[in-house]
Amino acid sequence: MKTRLILALTALFSSSALAESQLNLTRGVTDISSRVYDLHMTIFYICCVIGVVVFGAMFWSMFVHRRSKGAKPATFHENVKVEIVWTVVPFLILIGMAIPATTTLIAMEDTSDADVTVQVTGSQWKWHYKYFDNEVEYFSLLATRQDQINNRLDKGENYLLEVDRPLVVPTGQKIRFLITSDDVIHSWWVPDFAVKKDANPGFINEAWTRIDEPGIYRGQCAELCGKDHGFMPVVVIAKEPAEYEEWIAAEEERQLKAKEEEQRLMSMEMSMDELMDLGESVYLGSCAACHQANGEGVPGVFPALKGSDMALNDIPAHIDVVVNGASGTAMQAFGNQLSLRELAAVITYERNAWGNDTGERVQAADVNEYMNQ
Amino acid sequence: MSTAGEAIQDHDHDHEHHDHKATGVTRWLFTTNHKDIGSLYLWFSFIMFLVGGAMAMVIRAELFQPGLQLVDPHFFNQMTTVHGLIMVFGAVMPAFTGLANWMIPMMIGAPDMALPRMNNWSFWILPFAFAILLGSLFMEGGGPAFGWTFYAPLSTTYSSDSTALFVFSVHIMGISSIMGAINVIVTIMNMRAPGMSYMKMPLFVWTWFITAFLLIAVMPVLAGAVTMVLTDKYFGTSFFDAAGGGDPVMFQHIFWFFGHPEVYIMILPSFGIISAIIPAFTRKPLFGYASMVYATAAIAVLSFLVWAHHMFTTGMPVFAELFFMYCTMLIAVPTGVKIFNWVATMWRGSMTFETPMLFALAFVILFTIGGFSGLMLAITPVDFQYHDTYFVVAHFHYVLVTGAIFSIMAAAYYWLPKWTGNMYDETLAKWHFWLSLISVNVLFFPMHFAGLAGMPRRIPDYALQFADINQIVSIGGFAFGLTQLMFLWIVIKCCRGGEKALAKPWDGAEGLEWTVPSPAPYHTFETPPEIK
Ligand code: HEC
Ligand code: HEM
Ligand SMILES: [Cu+2]
Ligand SMILES: [Cu+2]
Repeated sequence: MKTRLILALTALFSSSALAESQLNLTRGVTDISSRVYDLHMTIFYICCVIGVVVFGAMFWSMFVHRRSKGAKPATFHENVKVEIVWTVVPFLILIGMAIPATTTLIAMEDTSDADVTVQVTGSQWKWHYKYFDNEVEYFSLLATRQDQINNRLDKGENYLLEVDRPLVVPTGQKIRFLITSDDVIHSWWVPDFAVKKDANPGFINEAWTRIDEPGIYRGQCAELCGKDHGFMPVVVIAKEPAEYEEWIAAEEERQLKAKEEEQRLMSMEMSMDELMDLGESVYLGSCAACHQANGEGVPGVFPALKGSDMALNDIPAHIDVVVNGASGTAMQAFGNQLSLRELAAVITYERNAWGNDTGERVQAADVNEYMNQ
Repeated sequence: MSTAGEAIQDHDHDHEHHDHKATGVTRWLFTTNHKDIGSLYLWFSFIMFLVGGAMAMVIRAELFQPGLQLVDPHFFNQMTTVHGLIMVFGAVMPAFTGLANWMIPMMIGAPDMALPRMNNWSFWILPFAFAILLGSLFMEGGGPAFGWTFYAPLSTTYSSDSTALFVFSVHIMGISSIMGAINVIVTIMNMRAPGMSYMKMPLFVWTWFITAFLLIAVMPVLAGAVTMVLTDKYFGTSFFDAAGGGDPVMFQHIFWFFGHPEVYIMILPSFGIISAIIPAFTRKPLFGYASMVYATAAIAVLSFLVWAHHMFTTGMPVFAELFFMYCTMLIAVPTGVKIFNWVATMWRGSMTFETPMLFALAFVILFTIGGFSGLMLAITPVDFQYHDTYFVVAHFHYVLVTGAIFSIMAAAYYWLPKWTGNMYDETLAKWHFWLSLISVNVLFFPMHFAGLAGMPRRIPDYALQFADINQIVSIGGFAFGLTQLMFLWIVIKCCRGGEKALAKPWDGAEGLEWTVPSPAPYHTFETPPEIK
């Protein structure tokens, strides 16, 4: 029985799956992250040494000074010398530890002289990146399919750690992050950079990194931010500077084109089917986290849109709440997150899905007109 | 323990004629007797431990595999939040108050607590507080889901309507704690038997004395924090809302100004318990009594200067980060002194290993492991990596479960003979200990690895590389949870009967509580003992 248990345990621990999974802190890919890793290992070894001494003495007494071995109790209960030693020695060890910690910390907080600046804004439950030196900004959302989360599909390799549009940054340059939030507190964390900074609504925090190696680095939101806190990963792609320049130029171009296209398409009527198709995909991507895929919401927290008075009767109010949000609630302003067509489509979708069969279409031009009032 | 009182009645003691206590439910409702109230507190805390534990089982069941299986994320957040609140305010704190009620008067030779009616009141408001908190889970929109730390604005603008109930229940818990603390302080200052000078008090009394001051200092801060949350949410103030000139980070400063001393409130009484049990089973006086007292006081003072070590990632100025890092490292020194003192007490003793001692030894080792991870967390640059991951969850469960809870179990086994007049079943108790020891480490040790590998806390689902670790952790969790039912059985069995206990069942034990018969009569020390 006992041996079988031990066998099972060793099998468990040596299973290839466990061997593959990481058990220690990452050394990361920046100078800072590697200094942090060294600090981590140093303090860990110090703890091990102290542990061996303390637990060693303890186990020694437990085996040797036990009554069953005939140990007679001594009567000492004080020794000033020993007590001074074990107060002063730990103190000195701590000073030895505090020095490298201090220099590393000061280096981590020095955000001056950055080459690239990116504003990172958290909101329930996605990240928004805005480059300061280029006209580029976009949202970055979880890309894992809901079916994988609900165990209806097999989970992919980067389950929960994949996004639709990762942050792209150059290697070898100092990148400064300006971190803030639109609603609750989030925390932007990439272990490989040893960067974790809270995103506080109404305040801007700074952090920086300089990445040595090109690659894809994954992290997660680290501060409880509501229902889908576990579902807002961070993915960063570090490219060689030349490649990065190419990417950012192309991206700038693309975003400009998209805006022009938007103007052009505005005059075009979309059919009900087109609106519903686009609307459904926008709804599932941006709204279902709160209002649920079936439109029924979460009672008491996120209102149902299925059968809601607004979605059935009041078009202007409906456009207003989607474009401007409801201030002081979790309902964000989507006016600057979605294109006019997407806004129109998602509003149409909400007015015609789940039995809300109003038959009404809302067009991009309607939304535009409302926004320009 | 509830049967302890009944048991007393069929015994014939000197004090029998004083036992004019009511019977039935009114005895418990109206009691002003410190032993009755102690028993009420202890039973209450054990029930809360099981309720909070059941929630932990829900958490661990959901985390058994990647993907969402049992609960939705919103309910998951309610479970972690209420689990944390119940364990802290419902299990650990009332257990210590229960021990204080039972033991402090007997340890200092006093007939009862100084303010017996307030004592009754401070217990009886507690069930209401927790009924409100648990009831809020059934409201539309669910109970509190913002973590036991209830950071604004998640707990204000973005919370569900049950927040008002949460605030109300925390207020009641706070009032109860403050009343309990006042009672402890007044009792210790005024009711010591003649000759019982401060430096002769048992360490359990000392540590509780200091804890009570901490409670009085910080519970009002908690009350302030929840009140500001209430007015921000319902009455249009903006203490924590930048749009109105407030600051969400200020919430964290206020919360942790309460929160850090709070963690010492949950561990200082443990230090007292362990300092009673280790000498008893090594048959050797406690090493460094005076330095133990000073170390406790030093920890209490320093605990007001380290709160922002929970907030290193909020974007404080560098000098503040350095200040809080240094203070936090400093607090390791007096804590170390305590551990060294316990080890020196064992050194060249004559040790035996009854269950209270086993739990006390496990406490020393596992609490120290929790202290090591605490020291690691103090190093600010590395804390950026550890913060809000499972490394932290591992850390605080080592200090709370294998620290506070293990010491409470040690205390229960140590004093059960005194409370009930019967010995507990040593064989079962040893099983309880060993199963707990193994399962608790299977449960919490691998969490360190999950955290280091990058798993954030408070998430209902996780990336695939954490799957194996979480499975092991969950198995440990179920085993630990089930094992605690054994404890319930052992205590009930001991209340019902068993080998009769001597007045002093442990040959090495010291203290006035062992000079009265077992079970302790309803009234003790009506004429104060003389202490030389
Ligand atoms: C983070 C959670 C969240 C997300 C994401 C979200 N909403 Fe909302 N929504 C809310 C909340 C909370 C309210 C209630 C606001 C209030 O109390 O006035 C709301 C209200 C609404 C209403 C008004 C309902 C009524 O009957 O009054 C509409 C319409 C709406 N949302 C549409 C959307 C659309 C369209 C999207 C996606 C583009 C979306 N919401 C995404 C949280 C969210
Ligand atoms: C019965 C065994 C226990 C198990 C299996 C357990 C499990 C857990 C887990 C898995 C979490 C993390 C949840 C998350 O971050 O997603 C947690 C949080 C917590 N636990 Fe426990 N726990 C146990 C006992 C205790 C005890 C005895 C205490 C206190 C004395 C305690 C105090 C806390 C606190 C304060 C939190 C933080 C809650 C929060 O994040 O807001 N736990 N527990
Ligand atoms: Cu989050
Ligand atoms: Cu703290």
